[in-house]
Amino acid sequence: MNKVLLLMKKYKVYAILSPIFMILEVIADIVIPYLMSLIVDVGIANRDIDYILKIGLLMILAALLGMAFGVLSAHCGARAGFGFAAEIRNETFKKVQAFSFANLDKFTVSSLITRLTNDCNTIGQVTMMSLRMAIRAPFMLLFALIMSFTINSSLARVFMVAIPVTAGAITIILYKARPLFLKLQGRVDRVNAIIQENLVGIRVVKSFNRQKHEEERFKERNDSLRDTALKAISLVILLMPILNLIIYSTIMAVLWFGGHQVVLGSLGGGELISFITYITQVMISLMMISMFFMQFLRGSASMQRILEVLNTESEIKEISEPEKELKDGSIIFENVSFLYPGSNEKTLRNISFKIETGETLGIIGSTGSSKSTLVQLIPRLYDVTEGAVYVGGVDVRNFDIKALRDQVAFVLQKNTLFSGTIRENMKWGNENATDEEIIRALKHAQAWEFVSKYEDGLDHRVEQGGENFSGGQKQRLTIARALLKSPKILILDDSTSAVDMATDAKIQEVFKNELSEITTIIIAQRISSIQHADRIIVLHEGKIESLGDHETLLKISPIYREIYESQQKGVIGE
Amino acid sequence: MNKKSRHLQLKPKNPMKTLKRLFSYFRFNRILFISGILFIIISSLAQIGANAMLSPIIDSLVVGFNKGLFIRYLFIMGIFVILIAVGQYVGNLCMVRLAQKTVHRIREEMFAHMEKLPISFFDTHSHGELMSTFTNDVDILNQSLEQGVSQVLLSAITVVGTFIMMIILSPILTLVVVAMLAVMMVTIRYIGQRSAKNFRSQQATLADMNGYIEEIMSGQKVVKVFNYENRAIDDFSKRNEDLRKSSTQAATYGVMLMPVMGNLSFVLYALVSMIGSFLVMKNRLSVGNIATFLQYTRTISRPITMVSNQFNTLFAALAGAERIFNVLDQEIEVDQGDVRLEKDGEGKYYWNLPKEDGGFEKVPLKGHISFEDVSFGYVEGQKVLKGINLYAKPGQKIAFVGSTGAGKTTITNLINRFYEINEGNIYYDGIDIRRINKYDLRSTMSIVLQDVHLFEGTVADNIRYGRLDATDEEVKEAAKLANAHYFIKNLPQVYDTILTGDGGNLSQGERQLLSIARAAVANPTILILDEATSSVDTRTEKLISKGMDKLMEGRTTFVIAHRLSTVRDSNAIMVLEQGEIIERGDHEDLMSLKGRYYALNTGAIELQ
Repeated sequence: MNKVLLLMKKYKVYAILSPIFMILEVIADIVIPYLMSLIVDVGIANRDIDYILKIGLLMILAALLGMAFGVLSAHCGARAGFGFAAEIRNETFKKVQAFSFANLDKFTVSSLITRLTNDCNTIGQVTMMSLRMAIRAPFMLLFALIMSFTINSSLARVFMVAIPVTAGAITIILYKARPLFLKLQGRVDRVNAIIQENLVGIRVVKSFNRQKHEEERFKERNDSLRDTALKAISLVILLMPILNLIIYSTIMAVLWFGGHQVVLGSLGGGELISFITYITQVMISLMMISMFFMQFLRGSASMQRILEVLNTESEIKEISEPEKELKDGSIIFENVSFLYPGSNEKTLRNISFKIETGETLGIIGSTGSSKSTLVQLIPRLYDVTEGAVYVGGVDVRNFDIKALRDQVAFVLQKNTLFSGTIRENMKWGNENATDEEIIRALKHAQAWEFVSKYEDGLDHRVEQGGENFSGGQKQRLTIARALLKSPKILILDDSTSAVDMATDAKIQEVFKNELSEITTIIIAQRISSIQHADRIIVLHEGKIESLGDHETLLKISPIYREIYESQQKGVIGE
Repeated sequence: MNKKSRHLQLKPKNPMKTLKRLFSYFRFNRILFISGILFIIISSLAQIGANAMLSPIIDSLVVGFNKGLFIRYLFIMGIFVILIAVGQYVGNLCMVRLAQKTVHRIREEMFAHMEKLPISFFDTHSHGELMSTFTNDVDILNQSLEQGVSQVLLSAITVVGTFIMMIILSPILTLVVVAMLAVMMVTIRYIGQRSAKNFRSQQATLADMNGYIEEIMSGQKVVKVFNYENRAIDDFSKRNEDLRKSSTQAATYGVMLMPVMGNLSFVLYALVSMIGSFLVMKNRLSVGNIATFLQYTRTISRPITMVSNQFNTLFAALAGAERIFNVLDQEIEVDQGDVRLEKDGEGKYYWNLPKEDGGFEKVPLKGHISFEDVSFGYVEGQKVLKGINLYAKPGQKIAFVGSTGAGKTTITNLINRFYEINEGNIYYDGIDIRRINKYDLRSTMSIVLQDVHLFEGTVADNIRYGRLDATDEEVKEAAKLANAHYFIKNLPQVYDTILTGDGGNLSQGERQLLSIARAAVANPTILILDEATSSVDTRTEKLISKGMDKLMEGRTTFVIAHRLSTVRDSNAIMVLEQGEIIERGDHEDLMSLKGRYYALNTGAIELQ
């Protein structure tokens, strides 16, 4: 929490000024009824027009000053609140950028999005409101009480009854309402869930004729939403009438007790009137304090979710003087086992193999055989649980992470392009790449043939996620992007599945002839994508079932043979 | 309309019409509506009354003490106070009930309507957009009905009532109040316009920011792999700074209203005390009158601020209601089919075909489908299918092969009448499908899609979705047939395991097996498999295909597949290109043709 408060530093001035201006506004507001009482009790009593004029103008001055202070406080509050939110958002985003793959898996994409958007906005709103309401209400209460006691301390004792009664009523109602509102949120979620479900699955609903069935399910949820909402809200709407009842009862009590004092002459008529104004101010302040608590609860839930992110440390750490240069592209797995955090069964068990610089390794196996997990250990996207991975003869844990990942290019299975132009996307691989370099990479990845057909060439638009390209085109673009890193090691995780066999063969050709100095690891479903590799690993349930070249595996590996035979019947792609 | 512009549209196009339609919902709860308004009126009148009592009470103390009068006035004030509280509570209770009931009805109507809308509606409206109408628009409507209506009413009565009382008390002071109120209105307008403008630009930067966050978070793993973190942070910081500036601006104007209005009302307070005092000295006003007047100035300025706030919400609510009604006004799927599916004494299904002479012809349900010169386009003028002719005899397997967009899925969408054909005819057992009742037509078909959709509920519930009255035994049978039983029996609660978030706890392959079991339990005459095995690897596919083969036995089956191994044994394979069948025949025929199919099979070309 202290760490979070430090983020306020940049906007500290505003965070301090806003309450100060607010207090000044409150003072102005408090003085006005008192000045009014002077007009009535002194001005009218002495029939002193100059005095009335003087005090009247003073009142207007106070109101105008109050307004100026109020506006300044609002501005400072907004600056502090949204400045704070911006700092938190920035800090959270930076933190997420430092997350390891394991951290990302834990939080999920959608929850990170909500945290960065909704939660941060809520924090901004609540901070701003807090700076204003949390200061205004108590001070208003305090000053109004002081004024009341100054005017007439015996009369001010009505507050000793009124304040506890009001606070008690508010507390009881909010206390009872809170669980109901939590329940209500659950009901709302249930209704939203079924709507979402039906929107996504409308074809299933319709093709199975389940409209009536769905309407009944919806009706049940909709009914319970209405019932819970009525219960919760019926309780909250008690607040205003009760508050009104208390305000007016207090006014009447003041009239009753004050009345006698006015008759006896110990209280001025004007003082009595100003007293009535103070009563309203005190009660409204109490109301505001209760509202602040509701806001605060909302904000603290968001803050909690942000803190979860900020307090998460990436478990992938660098050593103090890390290696910066990969000597070569050789890779050694030494008795590697891997356990996903939170899982109790090892995903990879006792993996050992070795490949030399410039060699090509193929990996094949069914879904769930942990092919992707294995290769993700190389650029240290995850850390091994047991054993070690060596790249260029050095344990990957001894590298500077940035340097390691710069030299190991990885084309992910679930890959994505970003909105922008093709050129911008290619520059992810190398910020300073020239058009010639980009075109060469595109040619290598067999992507130039379609990119060159666009009138705008490299400036061709890429929609979010690369939705405007076919699967095969997208894969070829992501390969080109990876090649622009001029890596020592290139990992392709099922990256040519949507590319036709002829083009796939051309890509393999390029790797073999033109990019032969790069160590290449290819994960594939299709035997043809890997059959020319120097070595092929058949992975089965997290273990190496067999290892060898195509010819050897056909002889020794039943799984490999099975896959090969099933594909000989004419599989053309995934 | 995209998400961005939706948020910006806060003004209704035709407020009166929408309002009228909204009011028509109150007819179901007329008593609530009338009594709600009645009690709110009582409460606001009582408030004016209670404030009015201050004047005689104070005068009975200050001007000349009269204990009897003092007590009597105090007592009357007490009654007013009780009326305020009771009226406010009962009035609000009525309005809240009215709002909840109305919104409940609207939600139910919307959902029921949604279920009846044609598929084409969902093609042209994004989920986000519909979700937002269902949630945000309904929400804000609810809020306005709960508070807006009563507050506007309360404010109006308070303003008018207070105004009348003021004129009675002192026309001169009233003039001061009117002048000041005019200043306040102008201020509200000025700030309101600024605030709306800033709010819009804030919404735009917010949308930009959210879009960026969504994109980067979705591709976060790519960011890591490319060491793109620092560049992402730079991009993000720029947007974040824009957002901070625009939010600060918008919030400043938004929050400014309160201190400005509050203090303007204090200026009024000061003017009234000052001018009132002069009037007292001239004996044209009593001290008690000033007290009442001051209380009035407080009560009159609050509703004005409140209403100005409420109006924005009310307008947004009307704009929302307009979108809701727009959904409700969408035309539903038409179904004029008079041919019904019926069961004879032996439990065999037949089509009951009404004849022109009033009699009926019984046509047995077999599963024979034929297309005659069928053309179709989702959008007018853009034909997706052109002159399709084909037939499937009962029990045959027909496959469609071709690139994305060639029209494969469209053909199956026409068979179950998700869309209506533009030209030509489709016959089902010799009957024009447009004559067949849609419910009955679809009840004879099952469809397995590539993107499996599971519902919240147990595994058994999800399989039973195919036929609601299936027994536990039948559910299990279907699961076994689809090869799903083997993984279900390993689930923690077996068939009673609850699937959450669209079956997120199952693998893609397992989800697909469930959807096949679901199709199996429906026992359809016609089966449509749309890329059902595309997202699983070849080994898992082998497992599924065993179940699939059993499922297809004796049913007319339409298969769409990317992977040619799954279509090899079809009775007929149709190769589609740009809405036309360019090759047809069985595997042997097409291979010997050495055309497109041959090229696909030998891997010479890529399917996109």
